[in-house]
Amino acid sequence: MVEVIIAGLMAGALILYALLGGADYGGGVWDLLATGPRAREQRQLIADAIAPVWEANHVWLILVLVILFTAFPPAFAAIGTALHIPLTLMLVGVVLRGTAFTFRHYDDQHDQVQRRWSLIFSIASIITPILLGVSVGAVASGNIRAPEAGGSFIWPWLAPFPFAVGFLALALFAFLAAVFLTVEAGDRALADDFRRRAIWAGIAVFVTAGLALLLARRGAPIIWEHLLRGRWAAPLQIATALAAIGAFAALWTRRFRLSRLLAAAQVSLILAGWATAQFPWLVVPEHTIQSAAAPDSVLRPLLVALLIGALVLAPSVYTLMRVFKGVKS
Amino acid sequence: MSDLLAARSQMAVSLIFHIVFAAIGIAMPLLMVIAEWRWQRTGDEEYLTLAKRWGRGTAILFAVGAVSGTVLSFELGLLWPRFMGYAGAIIGMPFSLEGFAFFTEAVFLGVYLYGWGKVSPRAHLLSGVAVAVSGMLSGIFVVIANAWMNTPAGFTLVNGVPTDIRPFAAMANPHAFPQTLHMTLAAYAATGFAVAGIHALLLRRDPNNGFHRKACGIALAVGAVTAVLQPFSGDIMAKAVARNQPVKLAAFEGHFETRRGAPLHIGGWPDETKGETRWALKIPKGLSLLAFNDPDAEVRGLNDFPRENWPPVAIVHLAFQLMVACGTVMALVGLWATWRRWRHPVSWPASRRFLLALALSAPLGFVAIEAGWIVTEVGRQPWIIYGIMRTEDAVTPMPGLIVPFLTFTVLYLLLGAMTVWLIWRQVIASPRGARHG
Repeated sequence: MVEVIIAGLMAGALILYALLGGADYGGGVWDLLATGPRAREQRQLIADAIAPVWEANHVWLILVLVILFTAFPPAFAAIGTALHIPLTLMLVGVVLRGTAFTFRHYDDQHDQVQRRWSLIFSIASIITPILLGVSVGAVASGNIRAPEAGGSFIWPWLAPFPFAVGFLALALFAFLAAVFLTVEAGDRALADDFRRRAIWAGIAVFVTAGLALLLARRGAPIIWEHLLRGRWAAPLQIATALAAIGAFAALWTRRFRLSRLLAAAQVSLILAGWATAQFPWLVVPEHTIQSAAAPDSVLRPLLVALLIGALVLAPSVYTLMRVFKGVKS
Repeated sequence: MSDLLAARSQMAVSLIFHIVFAAIGIAMPLLMVIAEWRWQRTGDEEYLTLAKRWGRGTAILFAVGAVSGTVLSFELGLLWPRFMGYAGAIIGMPFSLEGFAFFTEAVFLGVYLYGWGKVSPRAHLLSGVAVAVSGMLSGIFVVIANAWMNTPAGFTLVNGVPTDIRPFAAMANPHAFPQTLHMTLAAYAATGFAVAGIHALLLRRDPNNGFHRKACGIALAVGAVTAVLQPFSGDIMAKAVARNQPVKLAAFEGHFETRRGAPLHIGGWPDETKGETRWALKIPKGLSLLAFNDPDAEVRGLNDFPRENWPPVAIVHLAFQLMVACGTVMALVGLWATWRRWRHPVSWPASRRFLLALALSAPLGFVAIEAGWIVTEVGRQPWIIYGIMRTEDAVTPMPGLIVPFLTFTVLYLLLGAMTVWLIWRQVIASPRGARHG
């Protein structure tokens, strides 16, 4: 039982990473695509929105990783072995995104210097989520095998389904970023720029999600089966659809705070839907939550540590958001 | 290059790169907070400029440290999946606690850097304190995990499988205290000396610059105190190694024959094939005295251990000598600084000779940290978990590991060069009028 709770907390941390860290990557996408008379203002808004929070948001990923290797060591070993290539490339993206963003902020404000850092920052912001999605897709695909069992280092991830998940991740992050930025924009014209972008990104989410779903039939049969017939599938999918429609409607009518809430709900529900569809597997089909779990003598103290850590973390993150994101108490 | 060597080299490059930023991430927030505190107490604007400058430097270096630390945590699984599959459950606890400490650090660094004027001065200073404390804690937790690799504890081996795992007993392993103490002091000493040395260099050109004087003063206070304490923690560390990893201690010293009243070797070149250390200055009974507090104690030599369990002796010996030499010079400069502060409190720290000594010793702390980690990591070879799992059994079956090794080497070389250039241009240069925070 305790291992299921910890797996749930891990999924929760991953959802928070997608909502917070994901939006920072999405900001990089809109930095690259900044156009029109307000391109400079768009870039400035993105930079101001990301700067104080991106490092804290990034730690959710570390937390997911640490929970995975503490609570489910064989699953971590299997993922590290089979997905060496996409994860290594993702790390290069993580390094370039973070450092280029910081260097841009502290380097000379000449246009040419700034453009160079912007380019590295935004391209890394696009590649990293794709590779993260590819890795998640490969874990779900059911094609990861131990090397002793003839597992390949390439084919589990270099396939249509994982890449569809990669593009879905990129679309989700870009969507979240655009919606969040409508709230943070100071004036109406700038908010409308990101409203338009949010609508387009929402359509991209719809298309890539549909594509991933279609490809799942052959690319991730177990997930496909669970998405169709799982006990939680129908209610989650209906809730996701309602959140998506609501987010669109709120964007359309310029109720940006409401759309921020609904977009976050939509993304959380999509990820929760995937997590429940993959249950009880951690790495389909070789490692389940049960089979990969560390002994209870490890899991119980870990659970306590996570709960105490959450008690420390919650007020800290709340403070951060209150100071910089105007979250009302 | 074999895949094992490529994996070890990639890990070495990643650690050599990251440890610089990790050490700065531990110590720099303390300097920054002291400067802000002085500003709040005295109202002297130069302290405020200093706090903001150091904040800016911390931001740049922390970002590089955060991403290179992320790389390392993934590399544990990408390069050493069998190690993590075996040990993840046992050493996960300190990593989990580190995760939360790092989280706190990142959150409050955000508040500190971007919260000027948005939060009260008191809350701002407290955010800085939170960054300094959680930075120190995250360093301690990670080093505890490394200490476990040297002195594994907290589990029972049954037919080669770890059972009865006790995570907190694993954290309380015999090297946890000596290693964390030694590394934490090292971080403050190295950063303090590096910062003091840079400002000392600038003070030689511009001796009355109040900004550089204040900067040098704060950095030196932190660096000198810790550098003077460091030899004592080194002694605790060496005695723990003597007890728990005798073959590693023998490699430190290039000590081949088991004997009572073993001499201390200073310098020299250990010749593994001949089994002797040549050209070393020998201090009679020194090693027995230092390792066991008894001039006649028996110290086991390398020849007592099977050859396949030896670490690369020459590398470990030279790195150890280098670390001790740097630490000794720093402790002496630290004593000199204390004496000067006491005798010349008004003109401190400006005397050209003293400033030159500071400038020359600026890199020593980081040289010592790098050498010290070579001593720890290479000295543990051929084991990844001392006495339990060999490094060659932990490596990933992934072929072609030279590619990621070269990729990260080039990436880190470029990143290191960019960072140095940026810090020089944007942080160190004398203040020249108003600039954005």
